[in-house]
Amino acid sequence: MNAQHQEGLAIDVRGLVKRFGDKTAVDRVDIQMPRGEVWGFLGPNGSGKTTTIRMICGLLRASEGEGTCLGFDIGREADRIKLATGYMTQKFSFWTDLTIRENLEFVARLYQTPSMRVRVDETLEKLGLTHRQHQLAGALSGGWKQRLALAAVTMHAPKLLLLDEPTAGVDPQARREFWDEIHHLSTEGMTVLVSTHYMDEAERCDKIVYLANGKIVTQGRVRDIIKDSGLVTFRAEGEGVRALTATLEHQPGVEHVAYFGAALHISGANEAALKRAIDNSARSDVEWRSVRPSLEDAFIALMSRAGADQRVHA
Amino acid sequence: MKSVADSFARIGAIFIKELVQMRRDRLTFGMMFAIPVMQLILFGYAINMDPKDLPTAVHVEEQTPIVRTLLQALETSGYYDLVMETADPRESEALLAAGDVAFVVSIPAGFTERLIRGDRPQLFVEADASDPSASSNAIARADALFTRALRHDLRGPLAHLAPAPGPFELVIHPRYNPEGITQYNIVPGLLGVILTMTLVMITGMAMTREAERGTMENLLAMPANPFEVMIGKITPYVVVGAVQTAVVLLVAHYLFSVPFVGALWLLLLGVTIFVLANLALGFTFSTIAQSQMQAMQLTFFFFLPSLLLSGFMFPFRGMPQWAQAIGEVLPLTHFLRIVRGVMLKGAGFAEMQGELVAMSAFTVFAVAAAMLRYRRTLD
Repeated sequence: MNAQHQEGLAIDVRGLVKRFGDKTAVDRVDIQMPRGEVWGFLGPNGSGKTTTIRMICGLLRASEGEGTCLGFDIGREADRIKLATGYMTQKFSFWTDLTIRENLEFVARLYQTPSMRVRVDETLEKLGLTHRQHQLAGALSGGWKQRLALAAVTMHAPKLLLLDEPTAGVDPQARREFWDEIHHLSTEGMTVLVSTHYMDEAERCDKIVYLANGKIVTQGRVRDIIKDSGLVTFRAEGEGVRALTATLEHQPGVEHVAYFGAALHISGANEAALKRAIDNSARSDVEWRSVRPSLEDAFIALMSRAGADQRVHA
Repeated sequence: MKSVADSFARIGAIFIKELVQMRRDRLTFGMMFAIPVMQLILFGYAINMDPKDLPTAVHVEEQTPIVRTLLQALETSGYYDLVMETADPRESEALLAAGDVAFVVSIPAGFTERLIRGDRPQLFVEADASDPSASSNAIARADALFTRALRHDLRGPLAHLAPAPGPFELVIHPRYNPEGITQYNIVPGLLGVILTMTLVMITGMAMTREAERGTMENLLAMPANPFEVMIGKITPYVVVGAVQTAVVLLVAHYLFSVPFVGALWLLLLGVTIFVLANLALGFTFSTIAQSQMQAMQLTFFFFLPSLLLSGFMFPFRGMPQWAQAIGEVLPLTHFLRIVRGVMLKGAGFAEMQGELVAMSAFTVFAVAAAMLRYRRTLD
């Protein structure tokens, strides 16, 4: 590998478009991702996250656009990309009729991992699955399946890791451990692009890319995205919070209303309008204070604005 | 050279994976070996192209020594089993129509008297010829067996009635299977049928199973090219084909005493090419089919003409030109010629060359089709 490849971007794609029939799943997506970072890929279901990841690792041909992954052309050099990336599919896609060990051995053989047996033993040890290595992979619970898959896709020490909703349906404890592992891999120099629906996971990323309807709505650092959303958020606490929802939702200037536990958040771009709305629905049993908008507040606002834009364009 | 070694390593990885999966799939694994043995024993014993003891009704209007001789000759020929006598021609008609008997032999009153007078009386044999192959051998033998039967009775003053010998002597010499034992033909043929069915079907599932179980995306994300995937996936079944062949040959020898007069190496060469042809075709099917169900349908779409137009069930030369042309494309047709040629006739390489080339050509086309059809992306 030459210096340019080492120094260059891990992912550098421009104007990626993917059409399935009449439907445009991905619409002019640009991503410039430096090596060694952990990026979060966010957006609602069907927003084009999986399709974009598949185009980057050569599993789908882009209808338009071009780019490189680890310095290799995504259209012509898919074979070389496959050797240097690890891709973990959204649905568990290892062989359920092979044992845990057999799955790892298959991957190790296919990528010709040096000193395979030792590597597989180490991986099993690290996973804590040594004593269960001869069980069928299909017998593992959801969380363990994800950990096995992560171990399997990282065995050949890829330079780039593409993880498609790796923690969907996994319990919080397992999710934490999973993310600790991702950060550990990152410190070893691996570049990680991970798609997720969880905001707490997004906040653990260096940078996030938010996709909706196949387009990038926003990207940047969590802090910047919140700031750039121009959002002001107020938090209501107290006995009468539940009674407020219906009235607040229809007040001018209130972009969205959401519960955070027993508290209520209202957000909008216009602080004065929000304050008027609060005054209009004032109750003695509710206490208001201004808070920093969360990432979720920012996204919900972004989404409703993107949705409104679409309605205008349509 | 590095890339060739890489390629072998990847083929090896897929080969081992398939082998483990095959072994773990008990039902399929069992079927691969149970099917050949069951089919061999079932069909080997059941199929008979030369049916004997066909139920026969007789309608005899007189009882004389000559009539008794004729009826006895029918019985001892082995083809006719005289199960009943009828008094009324209409009853005979009904029996034939109902399928209760295959033949009705009628000897009218005055038959013997007219025979002795030299009037050439008529003796009727009505046959149920709805299935020509069931009755044809019995019909063909009727004339000769009656004539021969009377040879003992037509002596002395009746000697002039005995049929005169023909102007020349006809010598028929049935070679390779002089006793006409059906099993000698069917059992080697079953080897081809069994290999076709199990191998095309199993490899037909090769890629569709990955797609249906959701492992296809993972496999495609790994650095193995279509050729490596194909070789890795079909090689385990070459071993299966070899074991099936060994089973069939052993059963043929020990259970059915089928002779083996040719060269074993030539047969094994034929088996190898034939197995590869079927595996390549199965793999092609699996790149076309969207599901295991579709792969199964494609297999049957191919299997039926193989069975009917290859010469396994019906004589190849009896088919019209266009049907023979279809038959010539099918690997089974050529394999049957090889297996029968080598086992029964002792044919050598020179005689079998054309068949080997034809099967090889089929294999090359099937591999090419599979490579063209194989999707390397999820599009």
